[in-house]
Amino acid sequence: MSKTAATSANRVVQGEWHVRYNYPVGEVGARFFDALKERRIVATRCSASGMTYLPPRAYCERSFEKCDGFVDAGHEGTIEAATIVSAAFDNLPAPPYAIAYVRLDGVSTAMVNFVRGMDLTDVPAAAAKLKPGTRVKVQFVELPEGRITDFHYVLA
Amino acid sequence: MNAQGVAVIGVGQTAFRSRYDEMTYPELAQEAVALALTDSKLQPEEIDAVVFSMAPTTFMGVADADKWAVDYAWARGKPFMRVHTGGATGGSAFQAAYSHVASGQYRTVLVVGADRITETPDAQFVLNLIWDAFYEQDFALNTVTMTALATQRYMHKYGTTEEQYANVVVRARRHALNNPSAHLKGAIDIAAVMASPRISWPYKLFDICPRSAGAAAVVVTTEALARERCARPAFVTGTAGVSNTVFMGDRMGPAADTDFADFSELKLAAHECYRQAGITDPMRQIQAVEIYDPFSSFQFPQLESLGFCASGTAQRLSDEGAFDMDGALAVNPSGGTLCTNPIGVTGLVRAAEAARQVMGRSAAMQVKDVHNVVATAIGGSTQFFTVTMLSDEPRRRATAG
Repeated sequence: MSKTAATSANRVVQGEWHVRYNYPVGEVGARFFDALKERRIVATRCSASGMTYLPPRAYCERSFEKCDGFVDAGHEGTIEAATIVSAAFDNLPAPPYAIAYVRLDGVSTAMVNFVRGMDLTDVPAAAAKLKPGTRVKVQFVELPEGRITDFHYVLA
Repeated sequence: MNAQGVAVIGVGQTAFRSRYDEMTYPELAQEAVALALTDSKLQPEEIDAVVFSMAPTTFMGVADADKWAVDYAWARGKPFMRVHTGGATGGSAFQAAYSHVASGQYRTVLVVGADRITETPDAQFVLNLIWDAFYEQDFALNTVTMTALATQRYMHKYGTTEEQYANVVVRARRHALNNPSAHLKGAIDIAAVMASPRISWPYKLFDICPRSAGAAAVVVTTEALARERCARPAFVTGTAGVSNTVFMGDRMGPAADTDFADFSELKLAAHECYRQAGITDPMRQIQAVEIYDPFSSFQFPQLESLGFCASGTAQRLSDEGAFDMDGALAVNPSGGTLCTNPIGVTGLVRAAEAARQVMGRSAAMQVKDVHNVVATAIGGSTQFFTVTMLSDEPRRRATAG
């Protein structure tokens, strides 16, 4: 944390926080992120409820049982919700960009990612192409490194 | 178990605006405390416990700032707790204070909160940090994009237009003209909303609440003391809350048990709140609502889930003027969250405004012949929902158990 003295002009003290973290991904997460390096998206499955989860879950939130299976999600899916961002936010990507929750084939839940490769100049026109029900496919980056940003969606 | 009757006997709120450079954070909280005690005709020593309403403190930049406010809220020597459920914080804090009194543990409880969102120049970066660092944080989620996603889903489901949302903004700013504490207010038209800069489809700038600074406080007490001290107390006749997973993607698609577009969790909470309050026909029995609407799209799914109209029909009723001050249901006479959003306090302001309507103390905002007013709050990744009923008569039906 650093601070500079108040200036007499505005009597406002300036501050900044610099905080570092190390976040463990857990065993279930490690399996998911390791699979990404092989261009596979691994969901967890609960045989008690029949739910298949992405992001992967250790426990099923419906049955309260431990998820007991891993299954490969399809590389195509269906948009459930989408938006196109035109405004710049601090420390977030430069606009414009499209975000969508997509339910990958074989999975019960939707997972968020960017939708790339679209012309976003005309926002309403681009939004019309991202309606719920629209099919998209997964596109991996050239060199996956076991991070969620290893892939994104593109229109099918 | 029959709960002890509980009522609001006084409220206080500062004006809300972008900055309060003439005072510190706890001094701001103290302003609201002093106003609420004056309104309640109580001395500080008559308060038995304090509930502090504060959401993320990263906006104002002192970690867990509730501790800073203890003596300013005259809580020294008394039980003190902070409640935090994101945007639902004020709703949850009010309900915690209700429980303190309803249980018989304390007689008179002060709920107070203060917030100042513009201490840091971009709240949306802070809000991005409410998601995990593994799966969701990388995709520019924040409260604007999160709710834009829900809104796009709702529009697709019910055919809502951008202009119908713009009309909600026009009404909110018009209502806020009657509210001396409101941050944004004024006579604007649909064209002005439509012409404001695009932020995140379908939102334009005017579809989005301001970042406000200010404070609010509410005093709740037993029915017996309320009748002694207040000619027309606002009785708390229903309190309910429903939470859901942080994962918004679990709330979409055929396997989902609630729909992210509809705020279906609120339907569950309203059902419980109405059961407690003896409400069977919301549109007939409830005269006004103070609902949590930081975005123009938050009114329709809430009004539907609260049972005022069928799914997908609030937009038409809104167009027809049903939610105006002289309509079938006065929606956010204060101008609501769209005009004023001090995040950690906003839910408390909803309860305070609902109470003032019942107490007949809303001045230019006053709705006629008020018997029941419902207040909501929503927080987290649209995952915490509270519904609270304020009424002119005590609880009509005992809680279950």
